[in-house]
Amino acid sequence: MSLIKVVDLSHNYSERRVLENITLSIAKGEVFALIGPTGVGKTTLLRLIDLLEIPSSGEIYFDGRCIPESGKQRVEIRRRMAFVLQKPQVFNLSVYDNIACGLRWRGEKKDRIAEKVDRILETVDLRGYKNRNARTLSGGEAQRLALARAAVVEPEVLLLDEPTANLDPISTEKIEQFISYLIRQRNTTIIMATHDMSQGQHLADKIGVLLNGRIVQIGDAREVFRLPQDEEVAKFVGMENIIAGRVTANAGGIVMVDTGNNVIQAVSGCPVGEEVNVGIRPEDIILALSKSESSARNCFRGEVAKVTSLGPVSRVEINCGFPLVALVTRISAEVLNLQNGREVYASFKAAGVHLIRKENRQNLSWQRRQ
Amino acid sequence: MTEIWHALIRAIELLVSLDPEVMEIVWRSLRVSGISCLLASLLCLPLGSLIHFHSFPGKRALINIIQTLFSLPTVIVGLFVFVLFSQAGPLGKAGILFTPTVMVIGQMILITPLLLGFTISALSGVSKEIVDTATSLGASGFQTALLMLKEARFAVLAAVIMGFGRALSEVGCAMMVGGNIKGFTRVITTTISLETSKGELELSIALGIILLLLALVINIALNRLQQR
Repeated sequence: MSLIKVVDLSHNYSERRVLENITLSIAKGEVFALIGPTGVGKTTLLRLIDLLEIPSSGEIYFDGRCIPESGKQRVEIRRRMAFVLQKPQVFNLSVYDNIACGLRWRGEKKDRIAEKVDRILETVDLRGYKNRNARTLSGGEAQRLALARAAVVEPEVLLLDEPTANLDPISTEKIEQFISYLIRQRNTTIIMATHDMSQGQHLADKIGVLLNGRIVQIGDAREVFRLPQDEEVAKFVGMENIIAGRVTANAGGIVMVDTGNNVIQAVSGCPVGEEVNVGIRPEDIILALSKSESSARNCFRGEVAKVTSLGPVSRVEINCGFPLVALVTRISAEVLNLQNGREVYASFKAAGVHLIRKENRQNLSWQRRQ
Repeated sequence: MTEIWHALIRAIELLVSLDPEVMEIVWRSLRVSGISCLLASLLCLPLGSLIHFHSFPGKRALINIIQTLFSLPTVIVGLFVFVLFSQAGPLGKAGILFTPTVMVIGQMILITPLLLGFTISALSGVSKEIVDTATSLGASGFQTALLMLKEARFAVLAAVIMGFGRALSEVGCAMMVGGNIKGFTRVITTTISLETSKGELELSIALGIILLLLALVINIALNRLQQR
């Protein structure tokens, strides 16, 4: 049974519609990640679920009960959840008092509070800071404090808004470790908003893609990242190569897509004659100097148009008659001597090609069967 | 000129010798203003929170009125309280006109707008995110309000100190409703006023110096708080 159910939820800020017809359900113990670019309403959705705001329309059910618009019940339900805001807000009190707040408000006994706070300070590695004013903490420490403060009340549902935005890699790792600990040890239901694709991918059981106030796709990490439902989702999840074409043949699960000058092969059940977009993740494209003998069904000759270093990897733009973007490791880029104008062969497996049907976004039955 | 010099020297003598009359007047001043300030705080902190946390029609107008009353003339408060507690007045039966009690009431009324206004602005200084954080951590409305007062404690305390300063230094209301009765309702300001008009400068100057010193102490305390 779902612990949280959102039904046809819409929300406006004055005249502006920020969320539209959101329907989703989250099971007990599930980790749900909301991904989407900034400003699409992720925070608003979390605020609505935490009952910090009243939705313009639609219902939210918590543990089977429809949440009333006012009254004591809202406080009671809210006390079964905890929310960590994107910008960690610390109270102008000691670290200890900050963490103890939630427990005090729930009427917990003094010695129990001391015990729990001490234990969680240990877990988040802040034990030395107990008596310090929380305002003096660094960004990463404040974020850990905020997380500890929320987790100490042992909420059934923990809402996290961009828990690692603007943090350095080490702080990010510490936070993620703590979140994993909560998932494993406490079986906490977690709803997190993030624009960090990898975070969504490795922490979440289920991912919801929120674009322009609407949930456009819900699925596990594989579905969302490999099989985006439409062009918008594909672009957002990093499927940079999107080429329009038409299915011309379908033989034994391999379809041919005519993209004008070329034919791309894909593993799909898409019927012949369908107008589609071909999606290929840049990291699935392999570059070589000669036509490779690999098992990849697609291989195109092209010219390097632009190379951008992204640190450990390089982003290579190739013109094969149609533009392709590939990600290669820095070493490969050096070995292949990738420079503008260099001739290369780009190959990719038919299984790495995802077809997005152009018309009628809703009818995706054949895609799900893939 | 020599007369003034003479008075000044006598005033210093009074201060150094801790003259009992001077001390008695100072102590009464501190007590009356202290109690009125305490009572006004007990009223204004919760009331200010209530106004801050609730939205209702006319809230903006109410805050404007409160701010206008910051400079409420002391004699008007004096007149109002006098009429209220005079023999013929609605509360005349209480029989407390010309007592320290009625002075406390008068000063309370005088500084209530100040305390209320500054409590509200102190709470407005606490960010909306802090309120959301508290609410999301399970605080009830009352618990949130308490936390907010704690968050704004320096600003709130500054408001209380300012209220105390205004109560201590006002003369109009204390004179009108207290009556400046020697040994009973005579406070620093009313004594200065009376003694000066009698031409007896030494006590006036001595009390004036104390009043200035008190103002200095209050200001130092305020500055300290505002630097936090």
